[in-house]
Amino acid sequence: MNIMTEAAVEQKVQAGLNEPAVKMKGESVDVHYGEKQALFGVNLDIRENQVTALIGPSGCGKSTFLRCLNRMNDTIDIARVSGKITLDGEDVYDPKIDVVELRARVGMVFQKPNPFPKSIYENVAYGPRIHGLTKNRAELDGIVESSLKKAALWNEVKDRLNESGTGLSGGQQQRLCIARAIAVSPEVILMDEPCSALDPIATAKVEELIDELRENYTIVIVTHSMQQAARVSQRTAMFHIGYLVEEGATEKMFTNPDDKRTQDYITGRFG
Amino acid sequence: MAGYLFGFMALAAFVAAFLGAARGRSKRFAATEKTHSRPIYHGLNAAIWTGVPAFVFLLLWLLFQNSVIDMLVIGSYPGADSLSGSEKNLLISEIRQVAAGSVFREPTPEITAAVAHLKSLQALSSWAMLAVVAALVAVGAFLGIRAIQTRYPARHSVERSVTWFMMFSSLVAILTTAGIVLSLVYEALQFFARVPATEFLFGLRWEPQIAIRADQVAGQGAFGMIPVLFGTFAVSALAMAVAIPTGILSAIYLTEYANERFRAVVKPLLEILAGIPTIVYGFFAVLTVAPLVRSLGLSIGIDSAPNSALAAGGVMGIMLIPFISSLSDDAFAAVPRAIREGSFALGATKGETIRKVLLPAALPGIVGGVLLALSRAVGETMIVVMAAGLIAKMTLNPFESVTTVTVQIVTLLIGDSEFDNPKTLAAFALGLVLFIITLGLNLIALRTVRKYREKY
Amino acid sequence: MATTDTIGGSPTAARPPVVWNSEEMAKRRKARYGADRRLQIYGMVAIAFALGFLAVLIGTLTFTGYRAFTQSMVTIDIDFSAAELNRDDLMDANWRTIFRQAVLDDVGELSRSEERDYFSMFTSSAPFLIRDQIIADPSILDGRATFMVPMSDPIDQLAKGLVNTDLPENQRRVNDKQVELFNQLKEKGAVTQPFNWALFLNADSRFPELAGLSGAISGSFWLLLVCFLISFPVGIAAAIYLEEFAPKNRFTDLIEININNLAAVPSVVFGLLGLAVFLGWFGLPRSAPLVGGMVLALMTLPTIIIVTRAALTSVPSSIREAALGIGASKHEAIFHHILPLSMPSIMTGTIIGLAQALGETAPLLLIGMNAFITSPPAGVLEASTALPTQIYIWADSPERGFVARTSAAILVLLGFLVLMNGIAIFLRQRFERRW
Repeated sequence: MNIMTEAAVEQKVQAGLNEPAVKMKGESVDVHYGEKQALFGVNLDIRENQVTALIGPSGCGKSTFLRCLNRMNDTIDIARVSGKITLDGEDVYDPKIDVVELRARVGMVFQKPNPFPKSIYENVAYGPRIHGLTKNRAELDGIVESSLKKAALWNEVKDRLNESGTGLSGGQQQRLCIARAIAVSPEVILMDEPCSALDPIATAKVEELIDELRENYTIVIVTHSMQQAARVSQRTAMFHIGYLVEEGATEKMFTNPDDKRTQDYITGRFG
Repeated sequence: MAGYLFGFMALAAFVAAFLGAARGRSKRFAATEKTHSRPIYHGLNAAIWTGVPAFVFLLLWLLFQNSVIDMLVIGSYPGADSLSGSEKNLLISEIRQVAAGSVFREPTPEITAAVAHLKSLQALSSWAMLAVVAALVAVGAFLGIRAIQTRYPARHSVERSVTWFMMFSSLVAILTTAGIVLSLVYEALQFFARVPATEFLFGLRWEPQIAIRADQVAGQGAFGMIPVLFGTFAVSALAMAVAIPTGILSAIYLTEYANERFRAVVKPLLEILAGIPTIVYGFFAVLTVAPLVRSLGLSIGIDSAPNSALAAGGVMGIMLIPFISSLSDDAFAAVPRAIREGSFALGATKGETIRKVLLPAALPGIVGGVLLALSRAVGETMIVVMAAGLIAKMTLNPFESVTTVTVQIVTLLIGDSEFDNPKTLAAFALGLVLFIITLGLNLIALRTVRKYREKY
Repeated sequence: MATTDTIGGSPTAARPPVVWNSEEMAKRRKARYGADRRLQIYGMVAIAFALGFLAVLIGTLTFTGYRAFTQSMVTIDIDFSAAELNRDDLMDANWRTIFRQAVLDDVGELSRSEERDYFSMFTSSAPFLIRDQIIADPSILDGRATFMVPMSDPIDQLAKGLVNTDLPENQRRVNDKQVELFNQLKEKGAVTQPFNWALFLNADSRFPELAGLSGAISGSFWLLLVCFLISFPVGIAAAIYLEEFAPKNRFTDLIEININNLAAVPSVVFGLLGLAVFLGWFGLPRSAPLVGGMVLALMTLPTIIIVTRAALTSVPSSIREAALGIGASKHEAIFHHILPLSMPSIMTGTIIGLAQALGETAPLLLIGMNAFITSPPAGVLEASTALPTQIYIWADSPERGFVARTSAAILVLLGFLVLMNGIAIFLRQRFERRW
């Protein structure tokens, strides 16, 4: 704890005054899966229009934390979350908060591309439809097109929007899933190892896309790959067996970490 | 007699097994080189040699002896050539009855002669059977035991026999289908020799209660299957109207909403519905549902038959709920969790996820289940035999009574039946139609389900 | 990899931000949750409908059937020392007169027509029941003896309170005099309602009060025995061959499709097969459990093959490899190791298959197992009925007493099914391995 606060202070000093606003905030978040505790008192700020990378060895709780941010843990019966997570200052676990609205505002992209077994168009149009974001077909067409464009997929699929989304290549599927998430115009996009099922070329494409998307969205990405974290993120948080070890500007984390475990992990001694 | 013979063969095989094993053991001790097979295999081999040929022979003999004897007796009966098939059958049953000692009137000299002939043939047959079986057992035992030598590969021999038995067993399924197809086609062709196929296939009247004997009073007879087929699909449609929504909705609730404990209790309870014999449903339909449906119909001013299509179809639908529910259940469960999460992560409610993502994704699996259930509805017999009508009518009013293919098959064949009148043969023609329809539905359903399984 | 896509702030992307907390959105969300809840309610309603039906079915059958488990009997007292009968020919003695005299002693003077009504209150074969009891034990003849004789069906209904005596006399099957006589007998304590053993010990009869299930139960036993003896070895052998030995070619594919399809062929078609092939071509006897059992075996075969194959594949290949590795032949590996290990699952599946066969009716009707047969079959070649066909026969009988007996027979059938499935579940839980 002590280290972290110091690191945060240092970070603030380094970053200077043009520090972006905090979009989401986790305060002493604990997660239990049944008897087992998966997360211990995590405090973490997610800043607006930045990419925050969550790194750490397998089973360290980084995906668990990510899934708390849009309450996806609710879909697991045995999961229990305590502590406080806020979005723009509002507690997302407040009973008054509507989980449907929350998830529309905090979108998510998964490890394995999971397009619906529907056409490409229907995949993207699904979110706007259920949330009633459009008044007519033309508007919906517009959203589908712009979302696919933002996801850098439009040119590849514009002639076959009615073909099944499951027929695309892995990288295309993942970008389709990103387009699907963008279509409901979320404020935050959570990405759970979005490139782990992709080949290097597709990975490069998605990484490039993430960098572009930062302009309009706040992004949290869980990744296994140090290089990926270094390439795409501005801030990095290091998790280890359920604890947040260290958090700070990516550059600093990778060059001069405060915690020995971070250093060991980054240099490949464990993980 | 045959029972004793089977017992004798089993005993002989046992003895041969012991002798063979003993001889195998003695060879093993005496041998200077390693014996090929363990004594038990020598024993088994001897038992197979002893028992199997005789067993197969006896089975075939018993299957064909009656037909052959009947043919011989009839063949030597004066003037039998001019008799028709049913007259021959009557004659042979009379001869057999007289032979069994039940005489209602003084038999004619021809009959008496035929009875004597029958009795001599039967005696001959059983002596011949006994002699051949005894010879086969003896020769088999001799060969089987003599074959035992130090290097005799008894294990290979036993394993080869076992493999042959297994191959034959797997052919039984093919033989069954072949038997079904051949018997249905054969009898149906007989039928079409009497009633034109076009009348059967396209005729709009079904009145099969024709006179069998000249002195009976009955209708002219008409064998158009369209109204029967219509009734079948009317009842099936009513059944599916009950089963599809109930089955799919309960599967949705069980897989998506219910907790583990609820599911563990309710799912087996639903399966009970599939385990109840259909005759029970039939009786229940007659006892309880049909009167209810009838009074319902009368209360809303529709003239209702006591055995309405609705009662039969409704009860059948309930029987089909577990089929559709468990196949839909499988189909929902096969949709990967990732797809559900993808939908939830976009802010969809559970209901939206089910209706807009899971249902379309699981649709092929559900359709396969529905087709299997439909095939069952079309072939279901006892519920409709008890609860549906006998008169073939083309009506869309579910409170009226209709008849079905299976009902007609059963009513045409129940009681004594002769194979040469159109009434009986019509049942086989209907059976052929039923077989083709259900075969088609099954094949499509199995293919759909398999394709769906491959997808996930 | 910068494509020609316009990324980010393209002109089409200029969308106003979504106002999530607007009135309109809140209303919309409420409607969406409503739809969700409705779907859930539909699901519950569907389950409740199905289970409710099950409850009504069992409830109705129990309610109409439980009365058949008792039978109204009358106790009569006969003094044989006073009776005139030919003791040398007990079989043909005047039992009718003796019985009638004995029951007349219980009531006062009756006119001729009243006497006829009175005698019809007892089962018409009462004299024979007495005769059979005496032939079994002639020492009864030395003095007084009491006999329990079933009352006839209408009186049985009356005794069970199923006859509305407030109806005009011509609208019921029991007339006023009979009601009066019945009450007399009842006051004397002669009428009892013991457990209806006859339901299990007697075979079929035209009279409900005498009809029982012993013929049907033994017929079903023989059927299942034949069915088991054929389908079990053949099914297992076929499954082993297809799973372990068969080459993968078009012919074995055909066999597989064929087995899957056979499992879904309507049962009545199997009945047609039995009628045409077993009865027509091979000339086997009609109504015989042998033929029925063979037909049921063909129907059960696909089930057994399918469960056996599933059981065989679930045994891990390491066990096969271990056996082969120490020099067992392929046959030995299968018959010494894999088959014994899969036996519990195979037995479970077989019992479930046999339970299905026990309830099959349609194919048995076609091969004539719905005959009226008053003695249990002694073997597989004798004419016989089976439980489901007996239910069919009784359901078709007009006498009131058969309604209750049909329900009772169904309860007996369901009892057997519960027993068999219970054994199957027990086997599964006790012996089945999870690898």
